[in-house]
Amino acid sequence: MTIAINNLHKRFGKNQVLKGIDLSIDEGRIYAILGPNGSGKTTLIKSILGMVIPDKGEISVLEQSIKKGWKYRKKIDYLPQIANFPPNIKVKELINMIKDLRNAPSTEAELIQLFGLEPFLNKKLSTLSGGTKQKVNIILTFMFDSPLIILDEPTTGLDPRALIRLKELIQKEKTNGKTILITSHIMQFVEETADEILYLLEGEIYFKGSIQKLLEQTKQTNFEHAIAAITTGSHA
Amino acid sequence: MLKILKYSFYDLIRSRWSYVYFLFYLALGFVLLFLNNDVSKAVITLMNVIIVLIPLIGTIFGVMYYYNSREFTELLLAQPIKRSSIFMGQYFGVAGSLTLSLVLGLGIPFVLYGLLRSNAIFDFSLLLITGAFLTFIFVGLSFVIAISNENKIKGFGYAVLLWLFLAVVYDGLFLMSLIVFEEYPLDTFSLVATALNPIDLSRILILLKLDISALLGYTGAIFKKFFGTDLGFLISIAILLLWTILPILGLRYKAGKKDF
Repeated sequence: MTIAINNLHKRFGKNQVLKGIDLSIDEGRIYAILGPNGSGKTTLIKSILGMVIPDKGEISVLEQSIKKGWKYRKKIDYLPQIANFPPNIKVKELINMIKDLRNAPSTEAELIQLFGLEPFLNKKLSTLSGGTKQKVNIILTFMFDSPLIILDEPTTGLDPRALIRLKELIQKEKTNGKTILITSHIMQFVEETADEILYLLEGEIYFKGSIQKLLEQTKQTNFEHAIAAITTGSHA
Repeated sequence: MLKILKYSFYDLIRSRWSYVYFLFYLALGFVLLFLNNDVSKAVITLMNVIIVLIPLIGTIFGVMYYYNSREFTELLLAQPIKRSSIFMGQYFGVAGSLTLSLVLGLGIPFVLYGLLRSNAIFDFSLLLITGAFLTFIFVGLSFVIAISNENKIKGFGYAVLLWLFLAVVYDGLFLMSLIVFEEYPLDTFSLVATALNPIDLSRILILLKLDISALLGYTGAIFKKFFGTDLGFLISIAILLLWTILPILGLRYKAGKKDF
């Protein structure tokens, strides 16, 4: 089991975001975390990363409780939702900085070529377009070799070519035996990449299972419609 | 922590504002020495400027840096780095680069003037040491305020209010209480009240070293009796240290509990 979550609760002020999440993530599979806006997807991910501190509950990553720990993050590559980078440094400097901070072998040259980022290496991050920033974000995430990859809205702003590259990259990492968590609102992307769906609703896990199971339960033939229909009956 | 410190420090050293701050002190140092032609007098004038300006700059730089580097902080939080290291690194980066601007900016003109051969070297060193203390104290306080307030405007407001209180309002309240209670013995009260405010404490420390406490009258004599001794001096430094450490502890505590 790569990640085990037990009775996770989190509230922000009056807003109870997570209401007792129990979850186990197995090794070598791709999980898509879905749910309407504000259902707690990002909070769940940030709790796993230790950026959000849970009110109650246990999280363990690779058989290790994450409480007060930070070394376990060496095993995680995380792609944040909105690529907020320090504006005044160059792409190359940012890549080198993260490499220096993580102090692990990396394969950025390959990825830079894959996404065609060579012309941007000496540009400041504030001058880049949203899509290009997202490519930098992807490079920073995939350049290390960690067993767990967490992608928060990885497709944002990408052009079709880059999107295909990203999908190939995800498949490649899967064949390398990595565990991947993805959140996305692009259902076609989820359908193509994910092995298993986790549907969050109002801070609880409403559905967990394969796409096939989801289609059977909702009696739909189309994945997008199945997701839309998931909350209209009692299927979980 | 050292890596974060390195990046924050370089980031700031390259920024325009560090140069402005450095050049300001450089110009101030040259002008004062040139106009006064007397190191001791220059130190007094410098003290008056520094004692108010350092806390203000420390506060504003600290708050601005914290809010401006929020993106960078979030990026770092997902990396395998200890949380407290991130914030400590940034804190020491800001406070360190400001202190460097101060020491170099004032140090260069004084060294060129021939400070090393004059008697004022101790007064001058004390000025720089208290300056460094004030920088670390106020950057620390501003970091604590910034981390406690998500809202930039609020954080900025509280930080400036804190500066205003310690630099201006506190003295006013202090003087008023001296006048209101003038019929009571106020020696201990004024000693304690001075020691509790890092700005006042720094001012008194420097003034007493400059041997102009005669100007302060009777109270000055009491101050001299307390702060002028080695013990008093040590206590003052200890209080300044305490003022430095408390915000750092506060920052660590807040950083450990915050959600990003």
